[in-house]
Amino acid sequence: MSDITVGTEIPSLNLPPISRATLALYAGASGDHNPIHIDSDFAKKAGMPDVFAHGMLSMAYLGRMLTDWKPQSQLRKFSNRFASMTQLQDMITCSGKVVEIFEEKGERRARLEIVAAKRDGTQTLVGEAIIAL
Amino acid sequence: MLDRSKVGHEFSSFSTNVEKGRLKFFAKAIGEKNSLYSDKSAALDGGYNNIPAPPTFPFVLDLEGPEFWPVLDLLDMDIARVLHGSQEFEYLGMIYAGDTITVTSILKDMFDKKGGALEFIVMESSYTNQHGELVSKAVNTLVYRSH
Repeated sequence: MSDITVGTEIPSLNLPPISRATLALYAGASGDHNPIHIDSDFAKKAGMPDVFAHGMLSMAYLGRMLTDWKPQSQLRKFSNRFASMTQLQDMITCSGKVVEIFEEKGERRARLEIVAAKRDGTQTLVGEAIIAL
Repeated sequence: MLDRSKVGHEFSSFSTNVEKGRLKFFAKAIGEKNSLYSDKSAALDGGYNNIPAPPTFPFVLDLEGPEFWPVLDLLDMDIARVLHGSQEFEYLGMIYAGDTITVTSILKDMFDKKGGALEFIVMESSYTNQHGELVSKAVNTLVYRSH
């Protein structure tokens, strides 16, 4: 535990390219049936180039990175804003680093900055997590 | 402009069962390979009471109500113009397969940016299990494109 300090980078998570199948599967599993993510005709009518990924899919990827690092029972808070859209074929990488270590409610906690980004560096989700150590 | 007088509206509360099969499907959809998210014995070995719902799963529960996204009707919004602005979760406990979770949500705030071109809708939700334990809270901010 003592090896975790401010600046510690947690193992990143590299995702395969987002496909239409990824989005169809996520729509079904999550119950988010908004057609803008699964119906190209609908997306184009709404002024989008094509269907695009659910923001919550990428948030789930960030969640996987966090629970790969520490058990979910130690996760206290998890938040992000959706900074830009994730399009078909984008390859997302999730990364995070410890920016603060503090005491709260009788436990030692780490605050992490977390980011999901495309291969070209464009950030898609930017947020933070609080994890008990 | 959306109807700001709706701020403070309480959406109908509902209870929903966290099904094991649904958790397995969700784990598959997000590419989660850790077996504790799909296999009860692995979850027990990991120190959990049952298969845990992953961190973003409360948002899935939001969509299990009698109506899909009741805020769309409440504010007379076109789904094609709705974007997800931000999402926050706070965890006070775990959600497990087999739990019955009661979801309550309120429309907390509304504001706009860019001269009204973007409107923001802030909703707060809480998730309580069958033992009366508040297990999670969430804040969901939607963005509405007015054109």
